[in-house]
Amino acid sequence: MEITYIQAINQALHEEMHRDENVFVMGEDVGELGGAFKATEGLLAAFGEERVIDTPIAEALIVGAGVGAAVLGMRPVVEMQFADFISCAFDQIVNMAATLRYRHGGRASCPMVIRAPSGAGVHGALFHSQNPEAWFTRVPGLKVVAPATVYDAKGLLKAAVRDDDPVIYFEHKRLYRSLKDDIPEGDFVVPIGVAELRQEGEELSIITYGGALNQCLDAARIVAKEDGLSVEVLDLRTLLPLDREAVLKTARKTGKVLVVHEDRLTGGFGGEVAALIAEHAFEDLDAPVRRLAALDAHTAFSPPLEEYILPNTNKIVDAIRSLAAY
Amino acid sequence: MALERDKHVAQHALLTLDEAQLLAMYRKMSLIRRFEEKSAEMYTRGKITGFCHLYAGEEAVAVGAIEALYDKDYVVSTYREHGHCLAKGADPRAVMAELFGKATGISHGRGGSMHLFDPDIRFMGGYAIVGGGLPLAVGLGLSIAYKEEPEVACCFFGDGALPQGAFHESLNLASLWKLPVIFICENNFYGMGTLVQNAICQEELYRFAEPYKMPGVRVDGMDVLDVYRAVTEAAARAREGDGPSLIEAVTYRFRGHSMSDPVEYRSKREERIWQERDPIKNLRRRLLAEKRVSEARLDQIDAEVGAVIDDAVKFADESPEPPLEELAKNVYVE
Ligand SMILES: Cc1ncc(C[n+]2csc(CCOP(=O)(O)OP(=O)(O)O)c2C)c(N)n1
Ligand SMILES: [Mg+2]
Repeated sequence: MEITYIQAINQALHEEMHRDENVFVMGEDVGELGGAFKATEGLLAAFGEERVIDTPIAEALIVGAGVGAAVLGMRPVVEMQFADFISCAFDQIVNMAATLRYRHGGRASCPMVIRAPSGAGVHGALFHSQNPEAWFTRVPGLKVVAPATVYDAKGLLKAAVRDDDPVIYFEHKRLYRSLKDDIPEGDFVVPIGVAELRQEGEELSIITYGGALNQCLDAARIVAKEDGLSVEVLDLRTLLPLDREAVLKTARKTGKVLVVHEDRLTGGFGGEVAALIAEHAFEDLDAPVRRLAALDAHTAFSPPLEEYILPNTNKIVDAIRSLAAY
Repeated sequence: MALERDKHVAQHALLTLDEAQLLAMYRKMSLIRRFEEKSAEMYTRGKITGFCHLYAGEEAVAVGAIEALYDKDYVVSTYREHGHCLAKGADPRAVMAELFGKATGISHGRGGSMHLFDPDIRFMGGYAIVGGGLPLAVGLGLSIAYKEEPEVACCFFGDGALPQGAFHESLNLASLWKLPVIFICENNFYGMGTLVQNAICQEELYRFAEPYKMPGVRVDGMDVLDVYRAVTEAAARAREGDGPSLIEAVTYRFRGHSMSDPVEYRSKREERIWQERDPIKNLRRRLLAEKRVSEARLDQIDAEVGAVIDDAVKFADESPEPPLEELAKNVYVE
């Protein structure tokens, strides 16, 4: 059956709550309202108030209380209404959740999931458009995933719920209803830490994740048709831990790498990917690693400015052409 | 939910205010209502995009409070801030242009509906992070106190902000340091779809003043004069150096949380009850009843205000988009 990206998230939650009674959902208006985006719709009716918990607006508390419950063996899936508000819970994530197991010599763990609707393109302006993954990809103890397909939205969320470490799950708002796919029914997981080759190619590699994947695939199709270029597209799926093997493999294969993400350029995750390739695949490169990302400014409200700041298919096409010509 | 308050105190306030001031309040409330109605219309027509939170129904809070302040006082608000910004004296053209995302907008199209800001009129911003404005208001108070200036900082926030740590941290410090801050909680009973009693252990929100050792009062937020009176007292106190106050203004948003909210969590009956307490009609009725002004005079104000808003929409529509090459301008001081 064809379902949307957000329905995949919803299904994963239903199935995981059904599978394990320690799984519960907590966040702002996640119950009766089903969340601001309806990701948790129907959960209250299916599992009741004890397991689908509406909280006050208090992100630090939502995450912190999740940590506390997780220590005692619960499996909280907490929702940040927008990824932008995750900064209100920063301390609880990077100090409390991330270090918990290490800090206690492995005597406790923190099996929780933080769902964070991220991404621009909906004219949300500065505080409703962010892609804050790179704040977390440098924190050992956390896992960070960013599904780009309907299948992965479901499989990665299920894997995240079953993972014994804290996982931040970035779901892209723009994909919620625009992305549809016919995925197998029932139980499957997508393993955390494993990238996926979305398209094989010979001349150039694009490494991407999340909201940018489909733009990259579109761009690859355009250059295949118009320029006869064979482009490989690697979807990282998990940022932390990074699938280094897959990154190096594609870099060595084509010798030209373009890294694309919707988050900003400076300090963005693309820098880590580029550095990894420069360190370990330098000999195989035919060109410097290039990055295409949001410009280093804030996501302005003005729709033309927002369009201008973000990567898009045309910009990716241009970047492919320029790199191919190197 | 009915609010029992000492009504004759407010009635008395009506008598002590001069006609010009009462009409100014009426005009501002009418202006805000008209602005919000037009915003909704422009949103539906796709001229305004993104997230847009309207203030219709709550006008008496912003207007009553800001009328009780001096021009030099500071105001901080939330993402539902069109009303506060206009009440503080912003040009409706610049506000509407901001909602349209245009270069002529009050924030040059960078912030949109949720991030209005105009230091010239001492409107120190709308904040799209719930609770985000409170610490900033404390900082304004700190600066005012440090410079020994006579101003106050007036901070508006919703009931939804009370569970945030920032609320408690801010009240504590403002009280400890006796800062000239007025905290105004707009209790409209809901934070998105969540009822106050499902989010806050103490439903009488003004009572959060007690542990923080400051005066706390609950006022009728549908009555501009009740708000005016309470804020006048709080401002006098702050200017005397006696520190902050907490005012809970009980009010109601006539529309959904945002333009995309189908409002399924409250009853039509409840909405009707509050519609009957419309703050603008309320003031109008009382002005007429006391025969201070004629119906024609009030109609004329409404018409004038309508023309101002129509002009603002036209201005916004005809204004240019921000130039792309200026995207990174003002990320830093140049
Ligand atoms: C830190 C943070 N968390 C969540 C949100 C999402 N959000 C925006 S408004 C809102 C409800 C706020 O309600 P209230 O403070 O009562 O203000 P009202 O909308 O009623 O004016 C929520 C949850 C946000 N903007 N910021
Ligand atoms: Mg509210």
